[in-house]
Amino acid sequence: MEKHLKVSAIKDGTVLDHIPANQLFKVIDILGLSKITNQITFGTNLDSKLLGKKAIIKIADKFFEDNDINRIALIAPQAKINIIHDFQVVEKKVLSVPSTIKGIAKCMNPACITNHQDVETSFATISDSPELKLLCKYCEKVTDEKNLKIISNN
Amino acid sequence: MSKHLISIHDFSKEEILKVLSLASKFEERKSDPIFSDKVVASLFFEPSTRTRLSFETAANRLGARIIGFSDAVNTSVTKGETLKDTIKMVSYYADLIIIRHPLEGSARYASEVSSVPVINAGDGANQHPSQTLLDLYSILKTQGRLDNLNINIVGDLKYGRTVHSLMQAMSHFKPHFRFTAPKELRMPEEYKEQLKINGIPFDESERLEDGIENMDIVYMTRVQRERFTDAIEYERVKNVYSLKNEMLDFAKPNMKILHPLPRINEIHQDVDNSNHAYYFEQAGNGVYTRMAIIKMLLDKIDI
Repeated sequence: MEKHLKVSAIKDGTVLDHIPANQLFKVIDILGLSKITNQITFGTNLDSKLLGKKAIIKIADKFFEDNDINRIALIAPQAKINIIHDFQVVEKKVLSVPSTIKGIAKCMNPACITNHQDVETSFATISDSPELKLLCKYCEKVTDEKNLKIISNN
Repeated sequence: MSKHLISIHDFSKEEILKVLSLASKFEERKSDPIFSDKVVASLFFEPSTRTRLSFETAANRLGARIIGFSDAVNTSVTKGETLKDTIKMVSYYADLIIIRHPLEGSARYASEVSSVPVINAGDGANQHPSQTLLDLYSILKTQGRLDNLNINIVGDLKYGRTVHSLMQAMSHFKPHFRFTAPKELRMPEEYKEQLKINGIPFDESERLEDGIENMDIVYMTRVQRERFTDAIEYERVKNVYSLKNEMLDFAKPNMKILHPLPRINEIHQDVDNSNHAYYFEQAGNGVYTRMAIIKMLLDKIDI
């Protein structure tokens, strides 16, 4: 089969592949990609055996700290991170859900202080599979995957 | 112990026992004005007469002076001041802050912005650790031990904050629990799951009269009208979960009835003169327990 890239290659930088198509804009949000000046190309609703429809993001000349990139594990746990130097993949990274999560997620408890005053949310990850469960440091309630809402950076 | 008292989960078994031991020393002395140079702030963003009076009595018996408010209506909170600003300001006035606030997690947040120790006197439906400690003190005092007791917890087991904290704190001491509640208000699965993981036996019942014999502690709680969507069901349940003196005939001599108060009709007044009734003494124990908590935080005792 002819190899043809839907999103053109970058010389140096980071490629985020296997992002569920419906999470693309949340990933952009969490990583703050709308605020950086690097060249970014992305494709979405691409066919994927694994995910059905996937998205891919290529960011030129940008390399993330593990702590930063792991933040997207909440919404795109199967994403693959490829580090590119001179058009070659020099490193592959697998995401892991961080043990503590600050910001990013909203506490599902409507009576939690974080939903009423300007307090950054903070969770301990008490389970990451089969279902993600986050324990709020403040109200001590569990927010599970199906009730997970991502806080927008914008 | 940490610098603050926010959640019973922050306490190990040893730390709990140290608080109780200090409380019993205060019970012998009643008053001990060791903090006459201290100012304690009592910030009640929602009213709670019993808790406030208990804490303020404890602070007074330790010789401290008290500033604060008993409800947020006449404060700058109504002008839109954030909790952060109120706590920051007060932590420059006082040596210790006692906070009651309707939002869950508010006390933990207050402890992060305060420069002085913070005591959680209830954060919404979340935690009320001094209540749990005084419950344990009452159990220890009446039974002479905390280990291997039969404890029947009755009433609203679904939403009751007191019940969940008590259950979790008692889990350090190998109890056998019985949970007595109407179907609508049964103990949530997540808590029962936790008991199973910790190997703590429990059974469940809807019948209060079956859960008196063999018990060391019967812990009654209020079934609140607002928990029911069906008013008729509430009326039925309210009468079923009412403890009467005639039900105590076969109780063990050491059995004590506890209740966090206020009691409405879940304990009939004819129980009050029984040897098993302990709820008013329990409230009194709150003062010694809170004296112990205040002393540990102001002395920065590393327990």
